[in-house]
Amino acid sequence: MFETLILMLDATMRVSTPLILAALAGLYSERAGIVDIGLEGKILGSAFAAAAGAAVFGSAWIGLCLGILASVSLAMIHGFACITHRGDHIVSGVAINTIVAGLTVTLSMYWFGMGGQTPALSGDARFLDITFPFADALQDVPVIGAIYSNLLSGHNILVYLAFAMVPLTYWVVYKTRFGLRLRAVGENPHAVDTAGISVAFIRYRALIVCGILCGLAGAYLSTAHNAGFLKDMSAGKGYMALAALIFGKWRPVPVLLACLLFGFLDAVAVRMQGVEIPGIGQVPVQAIEVLPYVLTVLLLAGFIGKAVGPKAIGRPYVKERA
Amino acid sequence: MKAVFLASATALAIASSMAHAATEPAVVYDQAGKFDKSFNEGVYNGVKRYTEETGVKIREFEPKNEAQVEQGLRRLANRGYSPIVTVGFNMTSSVEKVAKDFPNVQFTIIDGVIDLPNVQSVVFKEHEGSFLVGALASMASKTDKVGFVGGMDIPLIRKFGCGYEQGVKYASSSATVLQNMTGSTGAAFNDPTKGSELAKSQFSQGADVIFAAAGGTGIGVYQAAKDGGKLAIGVDSNQNHIQPGTMLTSMVKRVDEAAYKTYEDAAAGTWKPGLVVLGLAEGGVDWALDDNNANLITEEMKAELNDIRAKIVSGEIKVHDYMSDNTCNY
Repeated sequence: MFETLILMLDATMRVSTPLILAALAGLYSERAGIVDIGLEGKILGSAFAAAAGAAVFGSAWIGLCLGILASVSLAMIHGFACITHRGDHIVSGVAINTIVAGLTVTLSMYWFGMGGQTPALSGDARFLDITFPFADALQDVPVIGAIYSNLLSGHNILVYLAFAMVPLTYWVVYKTRFGLRLRAVGENPHAVDTAGISVAFIRYRALIVCGILCGLAGAYLSTAHNAGFLKDMSAGKGYMALAALIFGKWRPVPVLLACLLFGFLDAVAVRMQGVEIPGIGQVPVQAIEVLPYVLTVLLLAGFIGKAVGPKAIGRPYVKERA
Repeated sequence: MKAVFLASATALAIASSMAHAATEPAVVYDQAGKFDKSFNEGVYNGVKRYTEETGVKIREFEPKNEAQVEQGLRRLANRGYSPIVTVGFNMTSSVEKVAKDFPNVQFTIIDGVIDLPNVQSVVFKEHEGSFLVGALASMASKTDKVGFVGGMDIPLIRKFGCGYEQGVKYASSSATVLQNMTGSTGAAFNDPTKGSELAKSQFSQGADVIFAAAGGTGIGVYQAAKDGGKLAIGVDSNQNHIQPGTMLTSMVKRVDEAAYKTYEDAAAGTWKPGLVVLGLAEGGVDWALDDNNANLITEEMKAELNDIRAKIVSGEIKVHDYMSDNTCNY
């Protein structure tokens, strides 16, 4: 039983990593007042760029850089439309998602001719699992051994990076000058402007951070968790992350917990299939699949309470002229 | 405005080029796309071979969603394409509707059964092929525990799983089979991330050989097997080349042959409607042995498999077909 739990938590870490990265990306963007429904597109774009780069150059790190570059570029397009030209955030975000869904498949057909996939990656072209020191030696120690060797050790670097991002984000958002201005720009941009700080510049910087984090999420999908790009491989993770962001009320630690909950429910769904439950019998696949969504609705409706977003979110900033 | 004009101009160009191609054959793949390295790609290989050998171009259509299937079929039939090969169980209802409206167009459906005078239904005895690879999995397993990852939860996929389970139990009556389905929609055939999670979960429960009957989802299963130093079994096409060294074998379903034969027969005028069932005896299903997995297969395994195959063909071993009564009691 304990071992099963450890294995499920282990799977939870793998599955929730892209959600955590993407949700934190959304946090930076939305805290600065930019609605970002384009998380999905940025993840997918980065997944493709990372896999293509890793396949061509044989290095996962070059792939990661290209993935981040692609994702930041998309974020800048979003910024150009929403900040500079004061366009509608949702329209711009959806446009990015649609463009990327088609463009990745088209480009990979053109470059690799494998029907919208990139070549399978192996060796240095992937982020491989890291085994902690003494993991093998501690394997047999009860409880601690299982936690240390099976749960904490044996993930790739991006997983650890994702978890490290949470306290870092907390520190940046709540303890630094940039964080204060970021939050202010999302709540009351006029006050920030009055203080002589450029609203547009802060928002652009927030979007760059958002792009970098989405880039990490995408690279994780195609070069760490899987070994290559496949069409639509982000499979709605961007939207799940957005849900987690709202679920966690735009705060880093609750957002982390929301992502872990989604990941855990996914892991449970995988585990529960075909298992005989005493008194009930075998639960049908469909019922297990729907479990995460039902629980989300229940939690949202019953326990989380009202989620209030940043005040100035979704509204383009226009300087008042006397 | 310019974009609209451009779009309509291209549409016109395509329409006029298609009008010339009256009696050409066509194929409609399912949503996993023709490069899924599995089921659809098998059909594509048949299509490619026919084009290479005869020089006849075959019009291909890849629907992007369920709604496009019927539209695409109707358009092809309307323009006089015949025969039209349709790929996959999910297309049955669309093909049935369109075939009724175009009685002069010849349709072949692979994996589905439609009783109409202008439709040939090609089905395979997947349970027989799965039985063979199940027996092999059981022989190769050191833990006496093997796994099965299915795609969409439909009777056809359960048929693979049931045949596999019988094969495993035949070779070792004490063996356990872990079974998982990826999902309950067509997307379950193209979700390698989920496939790899399911495989990792089965490996952690002690399985060391996994058979994936899940289209593109299988790619994730094979990767997980490679990463974990375990074995995997491919499906539909010969997938041994995807991860050489950790692919134990593939349960080959000769969908390429089915597509090829439809075009060949139609050209010769010998194409017939009705039900075609391809099993081990007809060479419709089999296990794959090539350079990529030769090291994993011992002589005893080979001899044992040939023996089992002969027994199935002669009827000495009866493999229960899940779809005959929708249960796996054998």
